[in-house]
Order: sequence, then structure tokens, then C-alpha cells
Amino acid sequence: MILDGKCPTGPIETTWDRHRFESKLVNPSNKRKFKILCVGTGLAGGAAAASLGELGYNVHAFCYQDSARRAHSIAAQGGINAAKNYPNDGDSIYRLFYDTIKGGDFRAREADVWRLAQVSNNIIDQCVAQGVPFARDYAGYLDNRSFGGAQVSRTFYARGQTGQQLLLGAYSALCRQVKAKTVTLHERREMLDLVVVDGVAKGITCRNMVTGEIESHWGDAVILATGGYVNVFYLSTNAMGCSVTAAWKAARKGAYMANPCYTQIHPTCIPQSGEHQSKLTLMSESLRNDGRCWVPKKKEDCDKPAGSIPEEDRDYYLERKYPSFGNLAPRDIASRAAKEQCDDERGVGPGKRGVYLDYQSAIDRVGEDTIRERYGNLFEMYEKITDENAYKQPMRIYPAPHYAMGGLWVDYNCMSNVPGLFVLGEANFSVHGANRLGASALMQGLADGYFVIPYTIAGYLATVKPGEITAEHPEFKKSADEVKGTIDKMLSINGKKTPAELHRELGKVMWENVGMARSDSSLKAALKMIPEIREEFWNNVKVTGKNGEFNQQLENAGRLADFLEFAEILTKDALNREESCGGHFRVEHQTDDGEAMRNDEDFCYVAAWEFKGNGVEPEMHKEPLKFENIKLAVRSYK
Amino acid sequence: MNLTLNVWRQNGAGDKGRMEQYQAKNVSPDSSFLEMLDEVNEELIREGKEPIAFDHDCREGICGMCSQVINGKPHGGQDRTTVCQLHMRSFKDGDAIFIEPWRAKAFPVLRDLAVDRNALDRIMEAGGYTSCHTGGVADGNALLIGKPEADYAMDAAECIGCGACVAGCLNSSAMLFTSAKVAQLATLPQGKVEAAKRVKSMTAELKAQGFGNCTNHYECQASCPKGIDVKFIATLNREYIKALVK
Ligand SMILES: Cc1cc2nc3c(=O)[nH]c(=O)nc-3n(C[C@H](O)[C@H](O)[C@H](O)COP(=O)(O)OP(=O)(O)OC[C@H]3O[C@@H](n4cnc5c(N)ncnc54)[C@H](O)[C@@H]3O)c2cc1C
Ligand code: FES
Repeated sequence: MILDGKCPTGPIETTWDRHRFESKLVNPSNKRKFKILCVGTGLAGGAAAASLGELGYNVHAFCYQDSARRAHSIAAQGGINAAKNYPNDGDSIYRLFYDTIKGGDFRAREADVWRLAQVSNNIIDQCVAQGVPFARDYAGYLDNRSFGGAQVSRTFYARGQTGQQLLLGAYSALCRQVKAKTVTLHERREMLDLVVVDGVAKGITCRNMVTGEIESHWGDAVILATGGYVNVFYLSTNAMGCSVTAAWKAARKGAYMANPCYTQIHPTCIPQSGEHQSKLTLMSESLRNDGRCWVPKKKEDCDKPAGSIPEEDRDYYLERKYPSFGNLAPRDIASRAAKEQCDDERGVGPGKRGVYLDYQSAIDRVGEDTIRERYGNLFEMYEKITDENAYKQPMRIYPAPHYAMGGLWVDYNCMSNVPGLFVLGEANFSVHGANRLGASALMQGLADGYFVIPYTIAGYLATVKPGEITAEHPEFKKSADEVKGTIDKMLSINGKKTPAELHRELGKVMWENVGMARSDSSLKAALKMIPEIREEFWNNVKVTGKNGEFNQQLENAGRLADFLEFAEILTKDALNREESCGGHFRVEHQTDDGEAMRNDEDFCYVAAWEFKGNGVEPEMHKEPLKFENIKLAVRSYK
Repeated sequence: MNLTLNVWRQNGAGDKGRMEQYQAKNVSPDSSFLEMLDEVNEELIREGKEPIAFDHDCREGICGMCSQVINGKPHGGQDRTTVCQLHMRSFKDGDAIFIEPWRAKAFPVLRDLAVDRNALDRIMEAGGYTSCHTGGVADGNALLIGKPEADYAMDAAECIGCGACVAGCLNSSAMLFTSAKVAQLATLPQGKVEAAKRVKSMTAELKAQGFGNCTNHYECQASCPKGIDVKFIATLNREYIKALVK
């Protein structure tokens, strides 16, 4: 089936304004009659719930943490983009639009990206009004920094905690609506099913994580803003609780999963230190401005202290391979290059999965104090985790799964193919194509939540009768029974392996076969192993305790069960996509010098997968991508 | 390294709770405190016992979810460090470690080391915001904010809302938490308009939620993993007096 993204056509500059004008509205006095469920309180969900509550809708917001303020958006460090052009360095909405399309390797929709760039400026104003303490210069104006993939300085930041400050801004707006009684918060709730009535999303089933109670919630529309899925790799920069569960439950109810193979591996993370490792910590990309990546030329040098290896025996591989971009090569390229060195057995540190990021030449050039000023907090964090002083010896870094560009398929209105189900933020697939530029995820989350959904959801609600279907409908009981059945099943297996052990096994398969370099044979091998682990899970997992209590093992097991199904679709998508683009690198499709080779002739489309059950081939639906404003070109960083 | 853990176990608010002893064996000094507990839990599960429940999420010291009193100190007492960022190399082989939940009337225990901290959200709902609407706001540069003010606001805004200040205070006061938000917003022009109303309603809510009074012992600052300064309490007091005379 050919999918229609319902993108407005005509001059790109006017698409969003025309669409807003043409959308239906909900009469102000009717708004409170509509109940909207918003799952997720990160940047996307928090902003959406607050804005919709303020408009007068009856909003119910859900999160799995103990407070709405703790969504993983909180961990974003670097910054948020906007086309303000305050530095007068040539930025514009058009340039942000162009950079995002190009950065995504020409695999995103033009109209969606245009809208994102257009509303980016409103976001900064909104956050300032909320009291977000962005960095300022001495004259009192907002300060900007530069980020990868752009030649202008358009990134706004709040020290190294931009995500935290933006999220606290959205959370405070949410608090204001809770006080106004337009928003009801449901914390420590995990959504475990989407309730669909006659093909339309009408509610959710969730588990109260304190009491174990299975709750039914009905709504006239359901919003999922539940974040990304890279914990499918087990080790990633995501929080421990991040999962694909909410999105996957929707997929099981008919929502299409788009481009799941587009995952971003971030090059500068602290390497794994041992089997005990539970997550990986990101070190800001800005570190590569002054650090030089190298590994020993000779394998036998890998165990020696870095300082004892003479200059001529070091391989500054990024400078060697990409002389013009050097250490600032983009994320996907830098990550793959680090992997190649380690595959060549020239990696350093425990397990030999690490490369050096060396500050010695920068310290010699500008002095230790300047380096401390620029990166002091990062060096401190590095020392806390590794016990190594990066002023005295090079840092060790290694790539780690970081971000999901793929996600549930949505049209221009952020509505999935299941009417009434809207998907925002990292959970949808819409704007980053095959690769996301730094500082653009925060922008997308807030754009979707503050400035897109308040308009587009009205167009949908104007066509439904409020409260027509409530939790009395038999589908709710059916869904609750199914959820209980799955929980009982997991608890009754009483096997030998813990959820963490099995998750680690899945992660290893995914990382080694569906990670930075994918091949026909590695993907096929993964497709053999994933069902085996799934099989073992359903026969040999051990989940302690019972449902009617605070039970973290049960939570972990449920999330893993969903990853075990989702992993297969991710891998199938990677196998289908016979090209290399952005974060998706197929070793068969590269130039002689290892550059990604896109295939626009055959793959300039969105692959939206319909799940049809385990052991059944999923069906792919295509949405062709049309480029009317930007010419397809090769991304080159030589 | 090998350690003896004494851990608070309590199955829900109805249970009295007790300390129980566990052995953590072959702990890597490079693992974090929570990873050490992960391994202990894996062992407990294998033995068919109930694993220890504890709150955690980001494991990077920013979400504020992790919350344990270790050897009598919230987050273990290491300078500017959350439990999830505490590493085992700061302990010695053979150490006995005592692990307890946040203890405060306003934070009932849910299970083992996990407590209910929603009282802090209620304080925020009482006024921890500016009443701006989505859309229709001024340009971000319309009001200039001096760098010192912006920095002062940011220092306060770094609070992660973990509640260590409450756990560390002998009165179980949430004054540092509340003052950080009051000070952040009172310092910025966008928040000044509602400053008087905010400080009154947030402090009233603080009492209503069962937190104690601040008697200037400053254990809160010592317990804070983000180094939030008690000078914000002075700011709150100033704002409060200003609000009273208004
Ligand atoms: C370490 C790190 C650094 C980053 N730095 C940057 C940066 O500098 N700039 C940038 O632009 N981007 C950055 N990113 C990316 C960016 O932070 C995220 O993509 C973005 O914040 C995601 O926001 P979100 O609202 O979509 O999801 P999240 O913030 O992840 O929120 C998800 C919400 O959904 C809820 N939820 C999930 N599943 C369920 C369920 N089943 N039931 C109930 N609730 C559920 C959660 O409780 C949470 O409230 C970074 C990411 C990481 C991990
Ligand atoms: S787990 Fe997030 S601060 Fe410790």
C-alpha cells in the first residue's frame, strides 16, 4: 500500500500557515468535553499536555517515573537549535530547513521539516518566558554556540544541562495546569496497551507500578510521546526505563512502525568497563573540537601507557582518513571509524573497545586553564566514572547507541495510521530522516508539543463526538484481560535466566549484527538469533514476586518482551534497505574509501511496517519521498 | 572486593520494615553503586529471593530519581555526587555498608529503598512557574538579563528535585528545594511579576505537605548532590518579607 503523509503542497514557505487556516477548530466551550490522554511527560508530552490543558481540554498525562519532571529529556546536555539568526551570521528558516534535510541524508519529508524550522524561533521565546535560564552574554542577550552539521551558530544552551532546563520549563507549565485542574497527572503508570475501538484509538490500559492494579483509561484522542527505543541494544545513553513498550503496543494494535533501522550511534561515549555495566554515559560532542582521536599503529602497543607511545607510532585515523574535517567528521562517520580501528585489534582499554581522545596538543597550544574552562565539567564527569585524569592522559571513548530516528509512522498532523492516535517527539519518525543533527531533538520535542499538536489535534477532534466511547466499552475489558494474561504468563515461567541476562544477550546480538556496520549476512544471522532469545524468554525467564506489588523485575521483563519482538522488525527494515544512508550503514553499499552510498532510485521512501504477529512476515507500506525544494545530493566530508 | 550490605527491606507502607544483611561478592571497583546493587539483585533472584527495590533511571546524576541514604548520608555523602554516580572504588574491601531509604514524614516508603516524593510536585504546583501562555510571548531578547542574574538563576535551577535536602535535614524541611525555585524565578524579570504570590503559596504548601521548618542547620546544602547553596534560602526569606509588606 502506498501511504499518504497528507503533506500540504505549494510554496513551502506558506505550507504550515495555510494548513493551520484550513484545519477545523473546536469551539472553546466544547473543549473541556474532550478528554485527551497524553502518555509521556518529556519535552514532547509535557509541552503538549500543558498547552492542551491551557486550551481547555481535559488532559490526563502519564509517565513511568515518580514525577513528570524526570523524563529522559532531562539528560540532554548540548543545546537546542533555532533559526533566530541573533549572531547575524546568515541563518534563516530556510537554512535550518536545508541543514536538517541534508543532515538527515535526504530521508525526511520537506513539509514537516519546514514547519519545524519555522516554529523553532517561537520555542526560544516560549522557554524564556517560562524562566528558562539560557546562557546570556555580558550585555544580557541570549548566547549561541555552534554544533555539528551547521556552519552557523544557532544553538541555545543552559550550561551543560539544556535538556534539564527545558524540561523543567515544560514541567512548570504542566504544574500550572495541574493547579488549574485542566491536567491530571498519573505518575508511576506504565502503558501496556492501546485500546482501539472499530479501528480508532480510544484509550489505554496501564499498570499502576506501585499497586500492580491494571487500569483502563478512555480518551477521545491518545497522544504517545514516549521517547526512543535504543535500549534495544541494552547498553545505550538512554535511561534504564526507556523502552519501546508504548510504541510497540500501538504497533501490535495496527500502528505502523516507520524506518526502525535508522538509529544513531554517538561517537563520544565512555567505553564499557566490564560485564557489570548497565548503561553508557555520553560525553558532549563538543569535545571533538579540541581532542584528537588516535589508536596505536601496532597491536602490541595497545596495552602500554598512552604516554609511552611515541608520536610516529600513533595513528590519528580521522585526520588520516578525512583530512579536511579531521576530528570533526560527523557522528556516523566518526563512530564507524572508531569501530574499524577496534575491529583491527588496535583498540585500547578494558576489552580493547576504545580509542583515545587526546588533549595534549590542545593543552600545549592554549594551556590547561583554557581547556579547563571549555570542558572542565566533562573532564570531571569522566574522572568520576573512570578514575582517570584526562589532563594527564588521553580520554578513552567509544561509540554508543544514542537516538532513534525511526518510530511510529505519522502524517503531517502527527497522527498515526490509527485515527485518534497521535505520536510526538522521539517516538515518531518524522523530521530527522536517517540521521539527526545535534541539538535538533529538543527542538522537535518542543515544536511538536507546544506548536503543532494544539492545532492538528483540533482538526481531528472536530470530527468526533466527545465521550462517545468510554471505559465501559467491552474492548477495555478485553485489553485489560490480555494485559493481565501476559503478566501472569511471565510470572509463571519461573525459569533460570533473569530479564537482565536475556536483555544483555539481545543487546549483544543487536550491537554486533545490527549496529554500526550491517551486512546481509549479519542481519540474517540476527534474524535467526532474535527469535531464539525470544523463545528462551518465554520458556526460561525468571520473574520474581507477584503483580499486586511494586515489582521492578516484572517491569523489566515486560519491556524486554516488547524489545524482543521489535528487534526483529528493526532488523528486517535494515535488511530491506539495500543502501547506506545516515545512521544506517550497509557494508555492501559503500564507496572505495568507505563512504555511505545512498540509492535514491530505489530507496527514496519511508518504510512503514505493519506487524502481523510473531513468525508472520510484516507487511511494508511505502511512502515515497518527494523533494520539490531541495535537490538530492551526496553528503561528503572529505 | 567483597562487602557486607545492611539494607532496609520493607514491603509497602503497611509493613514495619527491617534491616537485612547481604554479601556483595567480587564487586568491581569500577562499577557504580547501583550496578553493585544490580549484581546483588541478580544473585538474590537466582537464589529465589526478592530483589531489593530502589528508584533509579538516568544513572547520570540528572533525573533525580535515585535516592538512598548510605552510611547515614543521603547519596553517600560524596561531594556533588548522586548515588548513581557514586563508584565502588570509594569503598574498601571488607567494608560494611548501611543502605536506607529517604526518611521523612512527607516521603512514605513504597518498597525497600523507594519512597513517594510527590509532595515535592505539590509544592511546585503551588506556584513554581510563570503564568505565561503557550504562544503570544515576547521575543527572547526583548528583556535583557544581565549575565550575573542569569547565572544566579541557573545556579538555583540546577536542582534535580531528588529530595536529598529533606532526607539530610533533621526537621525534614524542603526549604532548600523550595527556595531554589523561588530564587530562580524571583531573579528573572519574567518571574518577578508573580514573586510575592509565589513565595507565599509555595511556603504554605511546604507546611501543608508535612515538611518541617528550617532551623538553619544547613545539612541540606551538605546533602545536595548538585551543590545548591543555602544562600537561596536567604533569598526566599527576603522575598517572603517583601511579600508580607506588600
Ligand atoms: C544523554 C543524552 C543527551 C542528549 N543531548 C541532546 C542535545 O544536547 N540536544 C538535543 O536536541 N537532543 C539531545 N538528546 C536527545 C533528546 O534528549 C531526546 O531525543 C528528547 O529529549 C526526547 O524527548 P521525548 O519527549 O520525545 O521523550 P522522553 O523525554 O524520553 O520522554 C518519554 C516520556 O514517556 C514516558 N513513557 C515512556 N514509556 C512509557 C510507558 N510505557 N508508559 C507510560 N509512560 C511512558 C516516560 O515516563 C517519559 O515521561 C540527548 C539524548 C540523550 C540520551
Ligand atoms: S538515576 Fe538519575 S540521578 Fe541518579
